[in-house]
Amino acid sequence: MDNPRAAGARRAALIGAACALALLAPALAAAAGADYLIGVGTRALILALAGLGLNLALGYGGMVSFGHAAFFGAGAYTVAILGFHATLGEPLLTWPFEIAGTESAFLAWPAAMAAAGALALVIGAISLRTSGLYFIMITLAFAQMLFFFFVSLEAYGGGDGLGLWARSSLPPLDLHDPWQFYYTVLGLLALFAVLKGRLVASRFGLALQGIRDNERRMRALGFPTVRYKLAAFAISGAVTGLAGALIANHAEFVSPALLSWQRSGEILVIVILGGMGTVAGPIVGAIAFVATEEALSQWSEHWRIVFGPLLVLAVLFARQGLWGLIAARERIHD
Amino acid sequence: MTEPLLRIAGLCKSYGAVIASDHVSLNIRAGEVHAVIGPNGAGKTTLVGQLTGEIAPESGTVRFNGREITRWPVHARARLGMARSFQVTSIFPRLSALDNVALAVQAGAGHGFGIWRPARAEATLRAPARAALERVGLAGRAAGPAGALAHGEQRQLELAMALAMGPRLLLLDEPMAGMGPTDSQRMIALLAALKGEVAMLLVEHDMDAVFALADRVSVMVYGKVIATGTAAAVRADPAVRRAYLGEDEAA
Amino acid sequence: MLLLTEQVLNGLQFGVMLFLLAAGLTLVLGIMNLINLAHGSLYMIGAFVAATVARWTGSFMLGLLAALPATALVGMAVEIVALRALYRREHLDQVLATFGLILFFNELAAMVWGPRALFLDGPSWLAGAVEIIPGVPYPAFRLAVLGVGLAVAAFLYWLVGHTRLGMLIRAGASNREMVAALGVNIRALYTLVFGLGALLAGLAGVMAGPIYAVEVGMGEPVLILAIVVIVIGGIGSIRGALVGAVLVGLVDTLGRAYLPSLLGLFMGPANASGVGGSLASMSIYILMAAILVWRPRGLFPAHG
Repeated sequence: MDNPRAAGARRAALIGAACALALLAPALAAAAGADYLIGVGTRALILALAGLGLNLALGYGGMVSFGHAAFFGAGAYTVAILGFHATLGEPLLTWPFEIAGTESAFLAWPAAMAAAGALALVIGAISLRTSGLYFIMITLAFAQMLFFFFVSLEAYGGGDGLGLWARSSLPPLDLHDPWQFYYTVLGLLALFAVLKGRLVASRFGLALQGIRDNERRMRALGFPTVRYKLAAFAISGAVTGLAGALIANHAEFVSPALLSWQRSGEILVIVILGGMGTVAGPIVGAIAFVATEEALSQWSEHWRIVFGPLLVLAVLFARQGLWGLIAARERIHD
Repeated sequence: MTEPLLRIAGLCKSYGAVIASDHVSLNIRAGEVHAVIGPNGAGKTTLVGQLTGEIAPESGTVRFNGREITRWPVHARARLGMARSFQVTSIFPRLSALDNVALAVQAGAGHGFGIWRPARAEATLRAPARAALERVGLAGRAAGPAGALAHGEQRQLELAMALAMGPRLLLLDEPMAGMGPTDSQRMIALLAALKGEVAMLLVEHDMDAVFALADRVSVMVYGKVIATGTAAAVRADPAVRRAYLGEDEAA
Repeated sequence: MLLLTEQVLNGLQFGVMLFLLAAGLTLVLGIMNLINLAHGSLYMIGAFVAATVARWTGSFMLGLLAALPATALVGMAVEIVALRALYRREHLDQVLATFGLILFFNELAAMVWGPRALFLDGPSWLAGAVEIIPGVPYPAFRLAVLGVGLAVAAFLYWLVGHTRLGMLIRAGASNREMVAALGVNIRALYTLVFGLGALLAGLAGVMAGPIYAVEVGMGEPVLILAIVVIVIGGIGSIRGALVGAVLVGLVDTLGRAYLPSLLGLFMGPANASGVGGSLASMSIYILMAAILVWRPRGLFPAHG
């Protein structure tokens, strides 16, 4: 293993290069005459944000959630439903207080985070009574429950989904312009990456990682471990909810498929194969996932038949994730 | 008579047909070192579990620091001043020794939800952690990963973490487990230096340690406490000799 | 009253089908500590093989006879090739890898059989209705499914409780290292158990064919229900799987049948059908949550 200095310098260089690439991507795509790639890149960044959210619970908190699509979808539906009511001109609720529809990102996006976060708080409170395998299965079950819930919501499209009349309004920007939307998403991703970096280095973050590594020890030291895990799970849900709000804007459409187990699996894949327990991991994972998906689907609509076994192989042989491989992080153990 | 720091009264716990705790009663005064000895299977581990809160007794009470804590969760007891070290080393191997102890300091520091400042830069956490490491003699090994420490050093780290919590009572579950003679002597000296400052419940097989450190000794056999008294008194007790002769060569 | 009987029977029939799936899943979980999400794929393969053979030969029974060994073989092949490496891994790794297997099998099925649903007709001698309670005609096929499910439950009860293999299974569930140390050929035991679970999944798939459709991706919704069953029943417990499956089957079926009308007593019919429909689809998950709050390890956890 190289000395920590060299590894750290290499990591910084990689991150710098990646940031430069991310900033220049739309221009590069336009120059190559492949404008549609801006949309693909945007989707990768949105998925990266979803992964960033999950990673707080999974990589740093040790909670394996196979149901994060529930928060993704809840965020997306919040934006879509609020937009729907704005278009209709009817309020969402009149009792006990009035909630009017809105297309404003300043209202709808925080609302999406709040809704997803609240949902995560409730699901977490029940699920965290269990651990290990039970926890994985229960989070999967709850996401499925919400999938069926949204299917049953005939008023909002049911199984067919709900279209957005327009993207959220975020003056002075016009999110309908692919470039502006791309940079908005990039900016949000960067912001939350930085925030997450601070969070995991803070007292809360260190305690959370301690709980991940040895919960019994943490309890014996005096930490109320369930409270920490619940807080991390709720924050994780809220961030993934924001990603959901962005995907609703990107596709200008929401449907219960956003809450499917396949979605939950996808988000898990990008976090783990990108590299758990690191801030950059999910970002690398998302880009790799979307790139692979794009490349393979050019070859065949049945690309999953290759992707499935690839995934199995990756789990068996490349477990530390792409970021672990690329950045050659110095590992304290082994 | 002042209330003892820890009062255990009539604890009962069975696992099916096996009675692990049979109306166990004992008490520990502030600053006292009270050793609990007994052959394997005597119920010492179950006793420690009921004290820390990991095992729920079927009946009986535990009073600590004037409060009845029989049903309290583990972390609440730790916050009240009861610190433990584990029989099988339980640390954070991926973190440095200093990080390990800093976590212990953080646990008692109250506002554990601080979000903005990097915790590793916080002197209020690092300084007491360093001090605890010095006390146990690990100051020079603060930086490396805890997993890389030798077995004896890891046991010292366990002790440092317990001390960093600022406890009134230390529950030491076989602190000398797996240690060679040099390490054991060092640990005994460490604990001797702490005498009077903090009370200790010492579960041990190592009789040198017990006789060197203990103010009082309780002997457990088949879940019952059969004798309590000074080390010398217990050594001479006929019931204790009967229990040990032929079962355990250590005495 | 007639409707209630019919719905209860439907619930029981659904329940035993879930039991077939859940039993295999919980056995594998309990003994090999492996979470196998691709269990639903085995269910799907059973259905597809049966549908194809039935179409060629015109006989449901031949389809069934072909599907059972086919599914068991596929299961054992997957176990040997892909799953053995996962026994020692964390559950997270198992989840990811078997998720990859699901993607593979669904895509394979789409390529081989196409995206549209296939139809599998039940055997003609079970086509009619039977009046097991005078005045209550009930589809004979569904009754047969119920019967088969109960027979399998009895068989598993005998196998696990009264045979040497069953003893090994029970021992392995509580202490697998010890069983290996006793010199039992663990690998063979594992493959056998896995094959048995695959067979049960395939059987469930074949029986599901005439009642629901045979299509790509049919396995996963049922798998998740089977997971709910195991969570309720307790990992590793066959008895728990049966109790959980019957509970889930009844609650789901009766909920869908009666919740909208029940709620209609309190709110207007339009609201009731909407809210009732939503609640009905969530009912079993609410049941699961309620049981978890009371018993976080399920009703009959095998690992104590």
